[in-house]
Amino acid sequence: MRRWRPHPATILAVAFIAIAPAILQSFTITLMNYIGIYALAALGLVLLTGCGGLTSFGQAAFVGIGAYATAWYTSVHGGSPWIGLVLALAFTGLIATVLGAATLRLGGHFLPLSTIAWGIAIFFLFGNIDALGRYSGLSGIPPISLGPLSLADTTANYFFIWAVLGAVMLLSRNLLDSRQGRAIRSLRGGTAMVESLAIGSFRMRLAVFVLAGLLAGLSGWLYAHLQRYVSPAPFDIRPGIELLLMALVGGAGQIAGAVVGAAIVVLLKNILQDVLPPITRYSAQLEVVFFGILFVVLLQRARGGVVPMLRRFLPRRDPRKPALGPPLPRRAQAASAAWPVLRIEGATRSFGALVAVNDVSFEVRSHELLALIGPNGAGKSTLLNLITGTLKPDAGRVVFLGDDVTHLQPRHIAAKGMGRTFQHVKLRPNMTLLDNVLLGTYCRTRSGLLTGALRLDRPEEKSARAEALRQLERVGLADRFAEVAGNLPLGQQRLLEVARALAADPVLVVLDEPAAGLRQLEKRTLSDLLRSLRSEGMTIVLVEHDMDFVMNLVDRIVVMDFGVKLAEGLPAQIRADARVQEAYLGGVA
Amino acid sequence: MTPEIALLLVQDGISTGAIYVLVGLGIVLVFLVTRVIFVPFGDVVGYAALTLAALQMKQMPGTVWLVLTLALMATATEVHALLRQDRSHRVPKALMLYGLLPLLPVLLVWLAAGRELPMLVGIALTCAITLPISPLLYRVAFRPLADASVLVLLIVAVAVHFAMSGLALVFFGPEGFRTEPLTRAFFNLGAVGVSGQSILIVASSAIISLLLFAFFEHTLAGKALRATAVNRVGARLVGIQPSTTGATAFLLASALAGISGILIGPVTTLYYDSGFLIGLKAFVGAIIGGLVSYPATAVGAMLVGLFESYASFFDSSLKEVFVFGALIPILVWQSMRKGSIEEEIEEEEHEGRA
Repeated sequence: MRRWRPHPATILAVAFIAIAPAILQSFTITLMNYIGIYALAALGLVLLTGCGGLTSFGQAAFVGIGAYATAWYTSVHGGSPWIGLVLALAFTGLIATVLGAATLRLGGHFLPLSTIAWGIAIFFLFGNIDALGRYSGLSGIPPISLGPLSLADTTANYFFIWAVLGAVMLLSRNLLDSRQGRAIRSLRGGTAMVESLAIGSFRMRLAVFVLAGLLAGLSGWLYAHLQRYVSPAPFDIRPGIELLLMALVGGAGQIAGAVVGAAIVVLLKNILQDVLPPITRYSAQLEVVFFGILFVVLLQRARGGVVPMLRRFLPRRDPRKPALGPPLPRRAQAASAAWPVLRIEGATRSFGALVAVNDVSFEVRSHELLALIGPNGAGKSTLLNLITGTLKPDAGRVVFLGDDVTHLQPRHIAAKGMGRTFQHVKLRPNMTLLDNVLLGTYCRTRSGLLTGALRLDRPEEKSARAEALRQLERVGLADRFAEVAGNLPLGQQRLLEVARALAADPVLVVLDEPAAGLRQLEKRTLSDLLRSLRSEGMTIVLVEHDMDFVMNLVDRIVVMDFGVKLAEGLPAQIRADARVQEAYLGGVA
Repeated sequence: MTPEIALLLVQDGISTGAIYVLVGLGIVLVFLVTRVIFVPFGDVVGYAALTLAALQMKQMPGTVWLVLTLALMATATEVHALLRQDRSHRVPKALMLYGLLPLLPVLLVWLAAGRELPMLVGIALTCAITLPISPLLYRVAFRPLADASVLVLLIVAVAVHFAMSGLALVFFGPEGFRTEPLTRAFFNLGAVGVSGQSILIVASSAIISLLLFAFFEHTLAGKALRATAVNRVGARLVGIQPSTTGATAFLLASALAGISGILIGPVTTLYYDSGFLIGLKAFVGAIIGGLVSYPATAVGAMLVGLFESYASFFDSSLKEVFVFGALIPILVWQSMRKGSIEEEIEEEEHEGRA
């Protein structure tokens, strides 16, 4: 077991929170109770917006659902707050699942727009249901009790709220550093890459959306039992955007950002409520105006939030080499030589009147390195998209490892053992090299959300890290494993993509212009790497423009021009082919 | 429900729907050209209606202060940007465009406020002072973020809405207003009567939609907007300035918002925050059109109007729940209709490091 090394700032923060009731006035402790409750809901948005790249303006509505569920059960029916908690989580989870299932398949902006709409709908619903006390709400909610201890006073509530918050933050941190957490973090920035790694992007989005909902539900439960009274107003769309403001002020994607953001917004509000009323009779309205403008300025000037700014002043710690475990189990590579790993039969795809790929057929045999070449616009990329399942052919079939995969989703094709890289590099620039490559191991590992949050995934995680480091080593980037991928020059980003594809232990790798942007030395590293992969039994298809690179490396070449297959053969044959020369040089006059 | 009531509800639904059509078209226009989901659109509608109401009550509309402040901020932003880019020779033009031009309607409204005004003059003044609001908001809030993702722009839009609605409460107070009817004509068509007001709304909406269509089809500025919507980079390569098309789109949006506000003012009592709900309902219509198609948006907005009319007959306190709740099945239908990943391929390209 490795020694746990908490950051000095974390120790200071925990110590401050522990002694706060002894040194601060009770009014401040009350404020801190609300900070803790809002931080929980904002933490949901940190996960959803900062990590998952989705946005919800309706987080306050989920807080409201949690609060009303427990309020209704404990005040109207006199039940236990603990059953109220179960109800709060069940309701928020259920509603989040239904709403998420409806909206998360659509493009990025449909979700936030619909959250505005149903956030308002839920507000009006609370205000119009007799059983929920209409606009006057529900009162007489009992305090939470822990065995004989009743959390009726401010300080008792304080310790309970912050203990819950601390536990949830710890679980979230563990989660983000696990297999599923990385998948959630990879959602930001488009789904093509995510799906190519056999990660179900819709499932991951739904998971993080429901998770955010559950955190809101928990926050609502605490809120109802602290306030002992609920009414619709705090769950409208306006508090919803305040929660989003908290998450973004603190720093989207930063767990500590939820607390820092909640503290900043709550304290600012408190100051405004002291300062404004003597000057103007419109203090409440001007408060809204102030926060609106603050939000715009924040997004224009400091989109990263406060926590990354603070972090610059904290001592940096050297990254530790990750603990390594035994290697992950490997997939069986295609057995006998010359067996067709991939077969394309009469593939045709058109966009409007343009036939981008026209009746193309060829085979890729096991342990073979095959290059797909052709002038610009020949249809190579479209063909690659047909092979990997990103596009569907109008006619024809794609057979991979003996199975028809023509109509499978990219992630299912990837799971069968097809890895790929992209022409326009698709990495997660804010994640480390190690995390980027670890994404590749997603399909070889099993850990779920809960296993990750509870740190029960460590043996598997160690093996996955060993694998990721091994692949980083192969492309010569192992010593930079802790850097963020966005810092690499383009050439090395391409190599990183190759390492990620290899981490999935594919039978076939499809590389889209891997040598573009590489320097001479890097090109040699790459061709050595590809040769050694071939000798290990891997099958490789690459699209490439660099003829020197291709001719000295590959076993066979398929040439495309204007969507049709022009020629197929050994490099020497292709070099001698008159039609190929004509396509490339525009005819020998 | 008797057939008479059903017909009455249809009539009511069509006339509200016609206003949602105008708002929806503006929202889609702004979104396609600038990728901004212009949530404050509804607030501009509200400002227009309340401005007209204030003028009719011989009061100074708070819009004057709004436009004045926005013009100051926009001028400062523009001049600051020009100086930083070392293009100080363009400062005088910027002062004219952002500083003086918006002040013209402000001055006129200032002079006219408090007097007895003919209906048409009030309407013209309202249009004139509403016109600069959206382009100024664009300059101040959105243009500095032109390269940001749709999501960031949306969050900014929501923040701007909050600032706008907070200010509306300060300017116009919490009371509701209704402007004087544009016409008191009434036609008896057999069993049901049709108000001249409804006919006026539907006719204006239809005419303006057609004008918008003609603008896109037959003018260079309209074609530039369409080109930007189809391909931002391509439009820039052929010399179309994204900031100019952006400002044009917002200007058109302001015009549409002004007209919508004037048309809806006499029909319902409007509060400082009613505009937001109008805008949001138009959004529901625009979402039916997938936020990309003008005709589908028009149809969607009309459907929302009709649905709302029936919902409010059924239970008026829950009509918002019905209308916004209807969004869920619409979105399910939308996602079943496309659903596949193919559409998303192009979308991800501009998602940078937010």
